[in-house]
Amino acid sequence: MSDKPAMSDKPLLSVRNLNIEGPNRLRILNDVSFDVAPGEIVALVGESGSGKTMAARAAMQLLPAGVLPAGGEVLVDGADVLSMNEDQIRKLRGAKIGMVFQEPMVSLNPAHTIGSQLTEGLLLHENISRDEARSRAETMLERVQIMDPRACIKAYPHQFSGGMRQRIMLASVMLLKPKLLIADEPTTALDTLSQREVLEVMVELTRSSGTAVLLITHNLGLVAQYANSVVVLERGRLVETGPVERVLRRPEQTYTKALINALPRREPDRVPAARTSPLIAAENVSVTFPGAGTAFSSAEPKLAVDGVSLSICPGEAVALVGGSGSGKTTLGRALLGLVPLSSGDIRFRGKAMHSATKAEKREFRLSAQLVFQDPYSSLDPRQTIAEIVAEPLDHVPGLSRAERAGRTREMLEEVGLGGFGKRYPHALSGGQRQRVAIARAVIRNPAFVVADEPVSALDMTIQKQVLDLFRKLQEQHGFACLFISHDLGAVSRMADRIMVMNRGKVVEEGSVGDILDRPQHDYTKALLEAAPTLAITEKMSA
Amino acid sequence: MKRLRINGILGALLLGIVGGLALISVFWTPYDPMKVSLRERLNPPSLIHWLGTDEFGRDVLSRIMTGAAESLVVSICTVAFAVLFGTLIGLFAGYVRGLADRLLMVVSDALLAFPGTLLALGIMVIVGPNKYGIIVALGIAYTPSVLRIVRASVLSAREREYVEASRVIGNSELVTMFRHVLPNCTAPLVVLATSMFGWVVLAESGLSFLGLGVPPPAPTWGNMLASARPHMERAIWLGFAPGLCIAMTMLGVNLLGDALRDRFDPRMEDR
Amino acid sequence: MTGHATYIGKRLLWTLPTLFLVALIVFFIVRLIPGDPVQVILGDQATEQEIAVLRAQYGLDKPIPMQFALWMGQVLQGDLGNSITNNQPVMSLLLSRFQVSATIVLIAVTLATLIAVPAGLLAAWKQNTTLDVAIVAGATLLMSVPSFWLGLILLLIFGLKLAWLPVYGYVPFSENPVEALRYMILPAATLILIEVGVLTRMARASAMEVLRLEYVTHARAKGLSNRQVLLKHVLPNAFAPTWTMIGLVLGGLLGGIAVLETVFTLPGLGRLLVDAIFARDYPVVQGCLLFTALIYVIVNLIVDLCYPLFDPRVSAS
Repeated sequence: MSDKPAMSDKPLLSVRNLNIEGPNRLRILNDVSFDVAPGEIVALVGESGSGKTMAARAAMQLLPAGVLPAGGEVLVDGADVLSMNEDQIRKLRGAKIGMVFQEPMVSLNPAHTIGSQLTEGLLLHENISRDEARSRAETMLERVQIMDPRACIKAYPHQFSGGMRQRIMLASVMLLKPKLLIADEPTTALDTLSQREVLEVMVELTRSSGTAVLLITHNLGLVAQYANSVVVLERGRLVETGPVERVLRRPEQTYTKALINALPRREPDRVPAARTSPLIAAENVSVTFPGAGTAFSSAEPKLAVDGVSLSICPGEAVALVGGSGSGKTTLGRALLGLVPLSSGDIRFRGKAMHSATKAEKREFRLSAQLVFQDPYSSLDPRQTIAEIVAEPLDHVPGLSRAERAGRTREMLEEVGLGGFGKRYPHALSGGQRQRVAIARAVIRNPAFVVADEPVSALDMTIQKQVLDLFRKLQEQHGFACLFISHDLGAVSRMADRIMVMNRGKVVEEGSVGDILDRPQHDYTKALLEAAPTLAITEKMSA
Repeated sequence: MKRLRINGILGALLLGIVGGLALISVFWTPYDPMKVSLRERLNPPSLIHWLGTDEFGRDVLSRIMTGAAESLVVSICTVAFAVLFGTLIGLFAGYVRGLADRLLMVVSDALLAFPGTLLALGIMVIVGPNKYGIIVALGIAYTPSVLRIVRASVLSAREREYVEASRVIGNSELVTMFRHVLPNCTAPLVVLATSMFGWVVLAESGLSFLGLGVPPPAPTWGNMLASARPHMERAIWLGFAPGLCIAMTMLGVNLLGDALRDRFDPRMEDR
Repeated sequence: MTGHATYIGKRLLWTLPTLFLVALIVFFIVRLIPGDPVQVILGDQATEQEIAVLRAQYGLDKPIPMQFALWMGQVLQGDLGNSITNNQPVMSLLLSRFQVSATIVLIAVTLATLIAVPAGLLAAWKQNTTLDVAIVAGATLLMSVPSFWLGLILLLIFGLKLAWLPVYGYVPFSENPVEALRYMILPAATLILIEVGVLTRMARASAMEVLRLEYVTHARAKGLSNRQVLLKHVLPNAFAPTWTMIGLVLGGLLGGIAVLETVFTLPGLGRLLVDAIFARDYPVVQGCLLFTALIYVIVNLIVDLCYPLFDPRVSAS
């Protein structure tokens, strides 16, 4: 946990009774008050729709068109930001308050070099020469651990990965040495390891310059690890606030308790299913993609999966964990025969797929299903929920219309969406859509299901619901499953065995207990450290 | 959002007026649009002839109405032609890809290399000025545009996860294409067809204005404007009405097209 | 920089098959015209012998692929044959007429862009205010008006009623710049008014797209003024789609300029084609079709090649 910096009397940022309204007088924020002391790290926590982003943007008068403050004040160093005119607030922006955004892919202007974007703010607020600005920019890039800052200055944003861009953003903002840094979900779009890198850099920079941080996030794990105090919002209202330790250990409000409950905790290890002959096996499988290089990464053909062998028995739940680029998604798809192999083979029920007959391949196709990662694009927007879930039944011979409708209805009930049949995907939330995707994958009682990061795009409380549902279905229907994720915490409640993957190879494999308690490989250890969710729950129960 | 509905309603209204005039003209016009009356030449608008008479004494209003019917029929047929062939070829090219796709695209690009109505002009030279000739000429000229849009839609729809999901479930490629890919291409197609309708009306009246379209004495807005030219100083009304009708139609098409485009905006569909 | 060079190279290479097909299409269009061109040239009184001689002269007695090859050979050397009407070489006719059309089109599109881009940016920035609605309404109205009608009306008002400007004719710049200007104002104004409509809408739409993006908010978060944000961050990124549209507009104008040239009696390329069609002057028809298509392909090529200037991502892929 971070040390508490000296608290002075006067808060740097003071939000008092803030109301914000959107178009059609929709109340986005309702009577919200909280303070940020100089040098403090305050986490603003809530799920989607809580209004946390708007609260922060109000501090810089950067609310989107149509969204307006409707009462209350936002004091920065005593002055009310909401009543400032454009010129006054422009002096604040960048120099006193800096902001880092969520989507690293669009936060930098693709038409300008990194250098020009870094120096832009500096040249605006301070009276220094271009050369001075450039050298400061280079120094800052080094501090955020960008290799070769000189080349970076001349390069364009599209040449960098998400994690790198986020660090560049941080550099750009911290160059101006603001007193307050607003970080709006800065790491949500990154994978676990990159998240950790970016946050460590952020904490180091802000601590050394005495900058206060308003960290907006829905990830309680990060809150526990980095913040001093926390403010919890639900649907525009303040639910609870206080020092992090107190709120997380002894939450007072129901909603806070629900949020904490949603964190994955170490359940008693599952009794692994008896290991019989494997249902599906990969034998020395490699998958190569043709190269697509940029200036900062290799241009050779990419070996996504490098000679991996594994086997999964009927009824077994195996988790495949790794960072982005580890090859886990590719391996999952290869196991389903959706991606051509450059070497090796897949065996289903003992038969090699390479030399299988058409009928055998068909049987494989029908018995091995996939739950996709993105609930927003895996459902055909033109079909009703019932049509989506029933479609796999087209391939079950001899099913009457009544039986078909009946099975669809049952399946929808099982996933908790009874009565949703006639609705369309766009009317459902992310969590509900994912349940539809699961229903579709399970309705034919497949022997094997691959779930490709099925909950990464969802809020934490919803993640818990969907994971629980999946686990229940797996136990009831007894299908073998490969659960792919970058979050060790999420898989710990699901799996019999965990496989850790890095750069196309499986680096470690073992039972849940083995991996979580006695990790051997460095990469596994790094992943564990970067999964703050587990860390705090362990501390909670200590 | 409100503004879009106004756009849509206004557009539909304008088109409705034009369409209504056209429809009525099939059954009834105030006067016979072809009837020549040398005594009543170049009369200004009055209670007897609401829009006046032309240089042959023919009633302008009746000719406008019949012209509306002519223009609309030609335009609708042209759009139908282009949409039909463009969709079939575009679906095929986008789904099959490979050599066939490349060949089709090169041919399509070559056709598109003829700007505006140039290709249609060229084809008109072959078929001569007649109604069906125009439909075929303009139809061929606009098919590549439809082809491109449909092909692009198919290419992007193929990458969507729900298309992959359809294969994972076990559907054949054909079923996947017709059940999942095609219906999701209709949105841009509808928007394009609407705009195209406007372009065709404009192109057809342009061709007629030049004397290369539907031949007189059949009235189209284009050739009415052409014959109004020499009499412009004395008889302003002759040039006013047909041009106004074309403008009204174009405006209606543009407004309606805007409303449709925004309604089908995928961003507004989910979340 | 090699990425850029590859992009240019690829783009140029792609143009060649297209141009070849264009030539093929033009060749076949003219071949498909009903009637015997030789008969047309010589008239009804021609004897069998005269017909046969002219046939051989035009190469019409050879097999079709041969004719095409011969014709292509001539074309590549710049020889497009002679006009049947007045026996002038088609190429020189085309070039002199093209000057007229091109001058008007270029002036019109340049001025239209200079008006449309700021108007579009402004409308996007002040989205949903009265100003925005007014700009969009005006642009939509302008683009709905047929060019020949607008031309006629302007001619009526300024040429006939007010007699400020000449009603027909043309004076080239090289002869007398002031007079030339007087003759050009009306046709150019007509074009400008209509294209401003199209381009403003396009500029507004792409600016709106860009304004939604986070790097714009980021720029504002650094403290840049609205004007700086618009000019430095929005404009470069929003301009690219508008630039593509300009290419299309230029081409479209080239194809549709005939009507305007008819209204204002200008000796341009469009008018040449139409007159040639009526006069059955096939060499000229052929030349016009080929020439115009070639110009359009070149224009689009230039537009595409300039793309990386606005979007550094393009040459990388």
